[in-house]
Amino acid sequence: MSEVWDVVVAGAGIVGAACAAECAGLGLRTAVVEAAEIGGGATAAGMGHIVVMDDSPAQMALTHYSQTLWHALSPHLGPAVEYESCGTLWVAVDDQEMDEVRRKHRVYASAGITTEILDSHSLAEAEPHLRQPLAGALLVPSDGVLYPPCAAACLMEQAQHNGARLYAPRRVVFARAGTARLDDGTELHAAHIVLAGGADTVQLLPELPIRGRKGHLVITDRYPGMVRHQLVELGYLKSAHSVTTDSVAFNVQPRRTGQILIGSSRQYGAEDSAVDHEILAAMIDRTRWYLPDAGSLSAIRVWTGFRAATPDKLPLIGPWPGDETLILATGHEGLGITTSLATARLVADHLLGRKPKISIEPYLPERFSRSLAHA
Amino acid sequence: MPEPAPTRIASTSASAPPVALTVNGVPLTVAPGTTVAAAVCIAGAHARTSVSGEPRGPLCGMGICFECRVTVDGTPHRRGCQVLCAPGMDVRTS
Amino acid sequence: MSAHFDLVVVGAGPAGIAAAIAAARAGRSVALVDDNPAPGGQIWRHGAHLPAAARKWLVELQASSVVPFYGWRVIDHPAARLIRAESGADCTDLQYDRLILATGARERFLPFPGWTLPNVLGAGGLDAMVRGGLPIAGKRVVVAGTGPLLFAVAGHLAARGAKILAICEQAQLGHLASFARCLLSDPAKLFQGAGYMLAARGARLHTGCWPVAAAGTTQLESVTLCQGSRKWTVACDYLACGFHLAPNTELAQLLGCRTAYGFVVTDDLQRTSVTDVFCAGEPTGIGGVELALIEGQIAGLAAAGKLRDAQSLVPRRQRKLGFVAALRESCTLNPSLRNLADEDTIVCRCEDVRHAALRGRASWRDAKLHTRCGMGPCQGRICGVATEFLFAWHADSVRPPVLPAMVSSLASPGPTRNQPASLSAETAISAHSKETP
Repeated sequence: MSEVWDVVVAGAGIVGAACAAECAGLGLRTAVVEAAEIGGGATAAGMGHIVVMDDSPAQMALTHYSQTLWHALSPHLGPAVEYESCGTLWVAVDDQEMDEVRRKHRVYASAGITTEILDSHSLAEAEPHLRQPLAGALLVPSDGVLYPPCAAACLMEQAQHNGARLYAPRRVVFARAGTARLDDGTELHAAHIVLAGGADTVQLLPELPIRGRKGHLVITDRYPGMVRHQLVELGYLKSAHSVTTDSVAFNVQPRRTGQILIGSSRQYGAEDSAVDHEILAAMIDRTRWYLPDAGSLSAIRVWTGFRAATPDKLPLIGPWPGDETLILATGHEGLGITTSLATARLVADHLLGRKPKISIEPYLPERFSRSLAHA
Repeated sequence: MPEPAPTRIASTSASAPPVALTVNGVPLTVAPGTTVAAAVCIAGAHARTSVSGEPRGPLCGMGICFECRVTVDGTPHRRGCQVLCAPGMDVRTS
Repeated sequence: MSAHFDLVVVGAGPAGIAAAIAAARAGRSVALVDDNPAPGGQIWRHGAHLPAAARKWLVELQASSVVPFYGWRVIDHPAARLIRAESGADCTDLQYDRLILATGARERFLPFPGWTLPNVLGAGGLDAMVRGGLPIAGKRVVVAGTGPLLFAVAGHLAARGAKILAICEQAQLGHLASFARCLLSDPAKLFQGAGYMLAARGARLHTGCWPVAAAGTTQLESVTLCQGSRKWTVACDYLACGFHLAPNTELAQLLGCRTAYGFVVTDDLQRTSVTDVFCAGEPTGIGGVELALIEGQIAGLAAAGKLRDAQSLVPRRQRKLGFVAALRESCTLNPSLRNLADEDTIVCRCEDVRHAALRGRASWRDAKLHTRCGMGPCQGRICGVATEFLFAWHADSVRPPVLPAMVSSLASPGPTRNQPASLSAETAISAHSKETP
């Protein structure tokens, strides 16, 4: 069997589903291939935050742009998507971290994002269950959270409503020169093949500079109102941060259900999806230091997932230097939910030759082409 | 090591005194060995309200189904069928 | 807290009790862990009306050196030869040289309109509640579902003064025949069965009959039953409805024990595929008390190193296996029961997921991710068994905690560390929030 499309999207996680919705919405004949469930990979394993991050100007540009797209889309997301505009509190432990709060405040302001500096007292009022005293926090009110598998399904439905065809459960086993071959032998021909398979994209392009970074999450039973904002620590200033060691950070979210989602961990080179009790314990210890009452909550589930990580912590968006029919949309690490919509917009802009709203330059796969040439 | 629990056999001792507790603030006296889930039923209350607003009571009676979850002495989500009534216990349903 | 035992037995039902006593007699240090506040499991749940044999075992258990952990639920297997258990706000690690899983079975529930109303319980569920102090005298009870448990429950409730209005067995009379033959081959069981029937006298047995709806405003008021084309409604106070049993294999799966057809695979000496982990009783095949007692003894002796003694019991076990097959056959569900739920019927009671939301889903995981089915605190123990029958879905892999656990129990037991890991110098695990949340 052989079919011709304008675009084939390999992968229906949040990024693939967003690309499909964008392409189909523009009238492109779009096929989507998914090996398992819609949004069932890293999408299902992630926390589902819609956050602006300021690690680098490029990260800030992409997350900010994408967040505005989410805000525009949010009224059209069904209740199952559980979109909550809860805001983020970046929690500072001491004066040194308060300096970072003020720096962040300035950076966000320069990008046109309103944030608020909370002192120790207002932080305690905003989140009474946090450890006291803490130095303060930066409140980013525009941040939110959602339930990613249903967000992906919602985008996929939108794509299908606009004529996209879903091949599932089917796996793309080969993609080159405008042809995607599926595991049942079907060949899909298209001007462009968008590779949105997260960390699994390396199965199609082994030379990609992407590694899976394992993470753990815990979800509790329902405790409505106990946590009101997404809470993230600013504690990295004191940590011996390294891209090669395993690490944990305090990050909890209130879900619309009243459940509390507890993260987070990062492990490099871990390939086994089993729960790692040592890192889980470290993650819980850290959570309890910031949120002492968390220890007595009832935890319903623990799970793990793998983020698609690149060496420079920026995603790969745009044509693959070795074969320009292949368009990469992967490598989003822990920010795929946030940046999915902007990724899809940049991909569509590229396909149609439109000028994008933000520069695609920092995300182009060709930035690794020198190292790839030796691969 | 935790204090080993005493082994309870068959019927509860007839000489043991009844247990006084409160369910939603209302005083209730039950036979020793009564589970919190049974006490809630005796009090005429439903254990919990489901996420879509339905009243629910116990289903499995053996700690599996989590339908009999109640707040015991301030701790939410305790399985009423696996907790024995104790003197002065404060049980709340939702 | 932590403690070491030669042997840890999980589950204090007949199999676990027999295993613990056998191993303790052989001179081993034994811990017996059970979620319930007292030993006996579901079948010998505390309260009156225990058979003499049950009392004998329980007395022997109390006299033994077995260290009881009743009211402790096993939640995790955080490291080799270690299980973690929780009781109230306490958490402890139990180290073992050998582990015996005697985790028993739970009732299988099938969704039908009204099954979520208060006072619709499992058959064993209502029985357990009554043993836990629920007054039943004078109450009108319909007992329904399938399996010998229905008769045991009807008998016990009748003895406690309940008015048993009907016993509805979904199997046709013909299907019960082989089971009856099996009972005839086993006088003890026949006597037991007859006793139950006697106690439940006045109750009408309907075969090929099941509830199609339960009704009531805030709790059960009536049940509509069907038998062939006939339908009728019975006003009642309780519906005790369970469709036989499903094995509790979650802990075995967490430990990595091989399963087949939903049951834990063992050899003649109850050894699982995991070294030094044994399994006895219902998780290896639903076979009732007597088989569980034999398997428990085999497991206890084998785990204590008394292989010859264990081996000598194997023929007795073999003789009981016919009962397992007969039971399975007699409890085979009528395919019509798949049509009991209508589109508004809740299938997942934790998350209130209705049948309509599940129709057309590709798999258990698809349903979980997109409807929240199985995402609640029962971890799919109730709806997973139902959807296996309704949609032929199979639950995914088991992850810790194997039952909901306190968040603190997922950390290392002991006093909370006073500092985040990254703030202490000796830890290799550092903070990372620099990157992304």
